Amino acid sequence: MKGQAPSCTVHTPASLVGALEILFAEKGTWRPLAGGTDLMVPFAAGTLPFTRFLNLWGLDELRGIEISPENISLGALTTYADVRSHSLLRAEFPNLVQSARVTGAMAIQNRGTLAGNIANGSPAADTPPSLLAYGAEVQLQSLAGSRWVPYESFHTDYKQTVMLPEELITRIRLPRTTGDTFHFFRKVGTRKAQAISKVCLAAYARAEEGRVAEFRLGMGSVAPVPLRALTTEMLIQGQRLEALDDHSIAEAKQALLEDIRPIDDIRSTASYRRKVSANVLGQLLEAMIERFKRPQIRA
Amino acid sequence: MNPSLHIGHSRIRKEGRAKVTGAAQYTDDVCMSGMLYGATVRSRVARGILKGIEFGEGIPWDEFIIVTAKDVTGDLYVALIEQDQPFLALDRINHPEEPVVLLAHEDRYLLEKARAAVRLIIEPLPPLFDLEESLACREVIWGSDNSFKDILIEQGDVDSVWGAATHIVQGEYKTGAQEQLYIEPNGAIAVAKAEEGVTVWGSLQCPYYVHKALKHLFNLPDEKVRVIQMETGGGFGGKEDYPSLIAGHAALLSLKSGGRPVKIVYDREEDMVATTKRHPSRTRIRSAFDAEGQLLALDIDFALDGGAYLTLTPVVLSRGAIHAGGPYRCPNTRIRARAVATNTPPHGAFRGFGAPQSLFAIERHMNVAAAEMGMDPIALRKQNLLKMGDSTATGQIIKEAIDLPGLLDRALEKLDYTAKQESCRVHNASSSPIKRGVGFASFMHGCGFTGAGESYLASVAGVEGREDGKIHVLAAATEMGQGANTILSQVVAEVLKVPLEYVEVARPDTALVPDSGPTVASRTTMVVGKLVQEAAIGLRQILLQAGFLSEPYAGEAFSNAVKQYLAKNGHLKAYSQYSTPPQIVWDDQNYKGDAYTTFAWACYATEVAVDTRTFEVQVEDFVALQEVGRVLNPTLAEGQIEGGVAQGIGYGLSEQVVWNEGRMANGQMTNYIMATSMDLPRIRVYFEESPYPLGPGGAKGIGELPMDGSAPALLNAIQDALATVTPREIPLTPERLMELVESSNG
Repeated sequence: MKGQAPSCTVHTPASLVGALEILFAEKGTWRPLAGGTDLMVPFAAGTLPFTRFLNLWGLDELRGIEISPENISLGALTTYADVRSHSLLRAEFPNLVQSARVTGAMAIQNRGTLAGNIANGSPAADTPPSLLAYGAEVQLQSLAGSRWVPYESFHTDYKQTVMLPEELITRIRLPRTTGDTFHFFRKVGTRKAQAISKVCLAAYARAEEGRVAEFRLGMGSVAPVPLRALTTEMLIQGQRLEALDDHSIAEAKQALLEDIRPIDDIRSTASYRRKVSANVLGQLLEAMIERFKRPQIRA
Repeated sequence: MNPSLHIGHSRIRKEGRAKVTGAAQYTDDVCMSGMLYGATVRSRVARGILKGIEFGEGIPWDEFIIVTAKDVTGDLYVALIEQDQPFLALDRINHPEEPVVLLAHEDRYLLEKARAAVRLIIEPLPPLFDLEESLACREVIWGSDNSFKDILIEQGDVDSVWGAATHIVQGEYKTGAQEQLYIEPNGAIAVAKAEEGVTVWGSLQCPYYVHKALKHLFNLPDEKVRVIQMETGGGFGGKEDYPSLIAGHAALLSLKSGGRPVKIVYDREEDMVATTKRHPSRTRIRSAFDAEGQLLALDIDFALDGGAYLTLTPVVLSRGAIHAGGPYRCPNTRIRARAVATNTPPHGAFRGFGAPQSLFAIERHMNVAAAEMGMDPIALRKQNLLKMGDSTATGQIIKEAIDLPGLLDRALEKLDYTAKQESCRVHNASSSPIKRGVGFASFMHGCGFTGAGESYLASVAGVEGREDGKIHVLAAATEMGQGANTILSQVVAEVLKVPLEYVEVARPDTALVPDSGPTVASRTTMVVGKLVQEAAIGLRQILLQAGFLSEPYAGEAFSNAVKQYLAKNGHLKAYSQYSTPPQIVWDDQNYKGDAYTTFAWACYATEVAVDTRTFEVQVEDFVALQEVGRVLNPTLAEGQIEGGVAQGIGYGLSEQVVWNEGRMANGQMTNYIMATSMDLPRIRVYFEESPYPLGPGGAKGIGELPMDGSAPALLNAIQDALATVTPREIPLTPERLMELVESSNG
């Protein structure tokens, strides 16, 4: 353990406002600490560049899952374990549940939070592809007020986000999924548990009147940021279902290579990530075509 | 029906309760008063000349104990086989984790800051990382030609065969480094005082190796060095030679501090990056067969990357070379085995000790050869498997009534190999992206030390009667999770016909137990077990002859006899020393004769599913069938086999050490992909028991065997699944498999 615990200060604010006041007054000097599961890794390795932590764990304002007819809104401190056990999420957002299930070990899932997973900004995080596929929005709050940001524009570069130093993520909102829907999630990490993604894909599609009315594809570990594969999405979205065939799958696989920018690193190679991204996209589209052959509309 | 009292019964692990309740004391659980923490400053440069050491600003250096090579008054080099590895680099840097400066302080946080503040001035020299480049002497980095050891095993006349052979099949096979990944990292605590000597407590496999290293380092007589094994959380060979270094480091710091206890415990990354791993290997095989598939000649070139220092490499090479011909009869064999230096941390012992590397090559090669000759790999093996009266590559005549074709048949039957292969064919003809296949490997593992090793060791073990009427086993054999405590207790309790609770294993402490040799080489049960068995017979004889005991007796009568004998005589001990069985002859100069007193034999068979979209391999079924003499404790034995297979699956498929300038770049458990329970199939373990007359209760060694056969069986199954690819290198990661598939697609 190379982390310098005695040099660290952990401040626990009594309220959300208290936390925002500190962030505003001492801008850029406090690192928000939620579950701590991402921070502890570089801390133990002695490479964490922060020493002052704002402990958000006790802020119950940032907890709770709220359901409205249009949205499901998840408090920033919603843990992976919370996600896994929530019945509406399991019914309407199975990709998110799946991605929570394959993140870390159970102990990590009990501590790690959704907001932490995105604020950390890792391109290899497992919930971002699902959040992108579901068209999530992120609420950022500061003393000056709050704003909703589409999650697809949240990450600006490797470990960079649109968050201002005085802001905190307070909620994550997903539009309810209804109608004739298709969900797909696959993480490729070589082992089935406790792996970091080499490639991660999540897709959400909805069929209506014989067409693909909605299609969103979120990807992880294939670029400096988690990203939506927009070129690929455009090829599929709006297509008539009966027009989707092997040729459209081949075109989509080709298009995906335009969307992603994978690299070689200690976990895998760029060429593997390209090949497997395309192959898994093929698997996804075949499954989608099969699924939409017969409408299934949830009551 | 089992007429034995303990042998063959699944007794509960002796130290299990203490481990489960947390009462067991591991090295890092111990805190002594006035204790300092020690840390190691490492070179970070693969090869160079140390020009200077700078101690940076902002650290109260006068509060620190600082040790460099210049503080060493005894022998700077670790006493093992060859004295080439310094405890601390003097001027030459030979790998990027070379220890250069030792620091100690009571504040472990300040210690970390100080470690980061030491700057080493190193003038770099061109490093060598590649095995072939080292063989070719592109740079000379060790000795006159980089060679740690060169072995030639010859039988018959290989070169006379090629012209007449119907088939000649050649192949090259590679294996990667592998990290032991025991659950408890390496660590030691030392107290060293000029007048009193040195005492070390540590997580270690071989107390007497550490004892020898410390004697030389401090120039002390036997009795002034004491090494005590703490509870040890796994070893797998990774705590065979490296603990000598850590113990030496802690003791050097302690001595300079005036005798304060110094603790050095590595964190996971330091342990993974700096300590030993399995030797990477490259094997070239040229083989000749007649029209029926009879093996006529094997010409094998086996090479190991030894890392920067010699450490145990010659012995690893030796075992690898002897196993390189596999369990086959071949009248003409030449095995050239070489181990050379590279500028990576020294590679060392790891379960299997050279055999997994060379057996991987021969067991893949047999399938490659079968495919090239259009033969069934089962039929090909059955033609050539050793039987009683045949001789191995070293000319060792097999004297046991072994039935290897039968072993193979029964393993395949357990897997339902033929039916599975047929259903795989049908499945693979469909459009499914999942391709299935079956594979197997036949192999053996020599039990105990190679060649004359056991004679040189001349191990001693004993038993001692205690005042409470119990018996203590006196041996340097260490418990590290494999079950040695329980097995040795079972053997002694069986001889003495007493309940298992009457027997305890004394903590391995060089002040109290004799040198029964290192806990390695699948030798503890077979060799040390036999010694304690004989010692126990001796102790019982003493009690019988002294009249304190008469047969038949009950457990309580025995315990009373021990108490009465002690009351009269003061002490009750019996020892036994190893002597080589008379029919065993080994010629170390020419590598001829009986390389091992016996072998354990096995056939492992597996079914895999390959996802051709992600190139991931799922092991669907695994049968591990072996003949290991008599099984002393079925639960422990099955656990050994399951664990070894799991380690073998990782070795074959995913455990890749990523090297960057001679340094492991993925020294974290998140990035070094060891299989978890979710990745493993149900491992079905079967034993065929054929009591070995020279082993205690009929036992042979089993510890390393399961490491040998899993990887080739898996790759054979992957070839069966994909047909168009011929994998020859492990770990066969998804990335490597993708490249193979893509190149076979043109």
